[in-house]
Amino acid sequence: MAAEREPPPLGDGKPTDFEDLEDGEDLFTSTVSTLESSPSSPEPASLPAEDISANSNGPKPTEVVLDDDREDLFAEATEEVSLDSPEREPILSSEPSPAVTPVTPTTLIAPRIESKSMSAPVIFDRSREEIEEEANGDIFDIEIGVSDPEKVGDGMNAYMAYRVTTKTSLSMFSKSEFSVKRRFSDFLGLHSKLASKYLHVGYIVPPAPEKSIVGMTKVKVGKEDSSSTEFVEKRRAALERYLQRTVKHPTLLQDPDLRQFLESSELPRAVNTQALSGAGILRMVNKAADAVNKMTIKMNESDAVRWFEEKQQQFENLDQQLRKLHVSVEALVCHRKELSANTAAFAKSAAMLGNSEDHTALSRALSQLAEVEEKIDQLHQEQAFADFYMFSELLSDYIRLIAAVKGVFDHRMKCWQKWEDAQITLLKKREAEAKMMVANKPDKIQQAKNEIREWEAKVQQGERDFEQISKTIRKEVGRFEKERVKDFKTVIIKYLESLVQTQQQLIKYWEAFLPEAKAIA
Amino acid sequence: MRACAGPRLGAAMMEGLDDGPDFLSEEDRGLKAINVDLQSDAALQVDISDALSERDKVKFTVHTKSSLPNFKQNEFSVVRQHEEFIWLHDSFVENEDYAGYIIPPAPPRPDFDASREKLQKLGEGEGSMTKEEFTKMKQELEAEYLAIFKKTVAMHEVFLCRVAAHPILRRDLNFHVFLEYNQDLSVRGKNKKEKLEDFFKNMVKSADGVIVSGVKDVDDFFEHERTFLLEYHNRVKDASAKSDRMTRSHKSAADDYNRIGSSLYALGTQDSTDICKFFLKVSELFDKTRKIEARVSADEDLKLSDLLKYYLRESQAAKDLLYRRSRSLVDYENANKALDKARAKNKDVLQAETSQQLCCQKFEKISESAKQELIDFKTRRVAAFRKNLVELAELELKHAKGNLQLLQNCLAVLNGDT
Repeated sequence: MAAEREPPPLGDGKPTDFEDLEDGEDLFTSTVSTLESSPSSPEPASLPAEDISANSNGPKPTEVVLDDDREDLFAEATEEVSLDSPEREPILSSEPSPAVTPVTPTTLIAPRIESKSMSAPVIFDRSREEIEEEANGDIFDIEIGVSDPEKVGDGMNAYMAYRVTTKTSLSMFSKSEFSVKRRFSDFLGLHSKLASKYLHVGYIVPPAPEKSIVGMTKVKVGKEDSSSTEFVEKRRAALERYLQRTVKHPTLLQDPDLRQFLESSELPRAVNTQALSGAGILRMVNKAADAVNKMTIKMNESDAVRWFEEKQQQFENLDQQLRKLHVSVEALVCHRKELSANTAAFAKSAAMLGNSEDHTALSRALSQLAEVEEKIDQLHQEQAFADFYMFSELLSDYIRLIAAVKGVFDHRMKCWQKWEDAQITLLKKREAEAKMMVANKPDKIQQAKNEIREWEAKVQQGERDFEQISKTIRKEVGRFEKERVKDFKTVIIKYLESLVQTQQQLIKYWEAFLPEAKAIA
Repeated sequence: MRACAGPRLGAAMMEGLDDGPDFLSEEDRGLKAINVDLQSDAALQVDISDALSERDKVKFTVHTKSSLPNFKQNEFSVVRQHEEFIWLHDSFVENEDYAGYIIPPAPPRPDFDASREKLQKLGEGEGSMTKEEFTKMKQELEAEYLAIFKKTVAMHEVFLCRVAAHPILRRDLNFHVFLEYNQDLSVRGKNKKEKLEDFFKNMVKSADGVIVSGVKDVDDFFEHERTFLLEYHNRVKDASAKSDRMTRSHKSAADDYNRIGSSLYALGTQDSTDICKFFLKVSELFDKTRKIEARVSADEDLKLSDLLKYYLRESQAAKDLLYRRSRSLVDYENANKALDKARAKNKDVLQAETSQQLCCQKFEKISESAKQELIDFKTRRVAAFRKNLVELAELELKHAKGNLQLLQNCLAVLNGDT
């Protein structure tokens, strides 16, 4: 992930990145540029932008530190469910990739990347332009659908395969319409890769749907009841929303892993699907609480700091409010389902009553009432469906998204901490040098001087990283807020329209019944 | 629960529900004639003009207007409590002369326990919610309390009106005492012993009922009625219970709208983006639509659940009538057998003859009035169902249209803004 490369500006209209790229000053490019370019491209040597630390041609120890950090991160946040053998296979072929599998601390910088046999640089140029244009016009011409859940296999090894269909006019894809089959762990694998690449540099990566052992077991075992079909449908819809959110993100859209996920027919199995669970992220955030305190004391009062503090507070409030609303909406879903069941029961009872009523006209009217109530029961069911899939799921998606946002703020904290630590170490090294000078040990002095140079570089790097992540987060938050407003407005309006439909139907039914009731003589 | 001195049900309309006065008056009028199609009769008109809810009892002001000579004045009022209504009802049931009539079912005991508990819980939880939420919920619970109160008043009134409309029962002396005597009737509620006696009496009656109903009736009309009533009663019971549950679910959903509205309001006031106006508008929508949904639930309760509950009780009263007739038939047949035996032995024949004649008369009298009562019952029932089903459909339509209007207006504003 390019530390200094900003993601394509949304609606900015300035292809700044492009200019920089052409200047050739920077050795660092964004993810966009990297994998597309073959080694022989006229572009400046691209570093694997996935690795943030690669930006510094600095010494290895930096990476080690970072990797360790990342390992820590994942150690706390992941839920490991090993599906097969515990052997971890690198997921993306031979490519030097960052710690999706944070195993080897020795990285991952290679000045060149093996091209992944992707499109030639020419096409890359165009597609980059294209994306920017589209970004400026805010039209991401890509549509994702997740459909046709299909059970594959038997017993405990069974799984659901979903069809992922992509329709797009973006030229970075080889076709304009294509579909592949994916299973749930593939989605988790995708999220895991994206998170490991982008989260720690400040990009808000949409979280994947949660795992559910109970739900899946029922499906595996083959319980063909309504609750397992509901579970599968809930999951399918969640996966669709997840992908749609991910492709809306201009930076993520250009990620090769995402493209591979959407396009290639064969995807290597994500064996250890380490998902950043909500709980894991919360743990990270809580641990960072101390860092916040330290930070706010030490940092200068500046607009930037205040902005971040304010935003964090705002997201905290938003989180609370959304949770509260979510609880109420879930209660509504529950009661609506209850209402539907009770209406159905009443309809049957009214029919029975109509049967035993010996006054003919009244008997008929009661039967009609029973029919009306049965239809109304259907209506309630559909409304409960809308309550849930539109309103309730929107809220739970955003609650998880905000957790991701908090995670990103937390990364910034860690970044700052690293910078601080580097400064402290530098100080110590300087003191050590001074001591050596006094003690007059020339060889040690040289070593000390070397170390000082090393740490000076690290301090600089730390500062750069911190500024970069701060910049990225500000952009991301702006984008996120815009998306959030759009999302909420769209979905809530759709939901209200569902309420309108229900009322219209109700009117139809009761209007049909009224003359029947009046006909009782 | 605080000792509340209100609410009173004056001749004027009740406040507390925010619909216009005409809706309330329709409801009030409806309540009186809710389940019985009564002709207002200048000779004797009874209503409950006022009611007072105290800590553990309700005091009803029974107001009578009559041109009958039996009363000292043409118009007068007394205060009665629930137990006195029960006393009156029981006196009818125990009166042998009324064996051939459907005794109007007694009104159920006023039960504010659930409502009081909720108000108490609300008071305890006051600290944990915002002032606005608290006020909202308090208003809601108070409206609920009021609704229950109005219902119990209506049910007591219906009982009196049924009695007043009945050609024979209206002449009952106890009834007149009930209406006129302006002191406390000093009818204590039945004590434990008497309640136990009642319980056993009912047990015996139902056991008897089984035996007696095994006897096939010669008369087709009564045979049909018996089969019909047994089945009808059970099904009305079932329908009444299911209707209750349905109404309650509806109310729960309406309550959820309330909370959703509050949460949206909080979101709207705190959001930093331009979506806050949006949230506030939607919050307003939920508040308004909730009121309509609550009203739908209340109307369903009134027009459907209450109707079914009333006819549950009336059909029971009709069954009781049939039982009494069967009982008298058995007595008649036993007297016949006794007469035959006496004639065979030629001993106490006159006594047996008199006894048999009395039984015969009693049976025929009951049969005759029972037939009419059952025919009237059907007429009343059909009329009541018609009235309530029509009103139910009209109200459902009214509310659905109101809701639709609300939603469409809101959507127009929201879409216009975006």
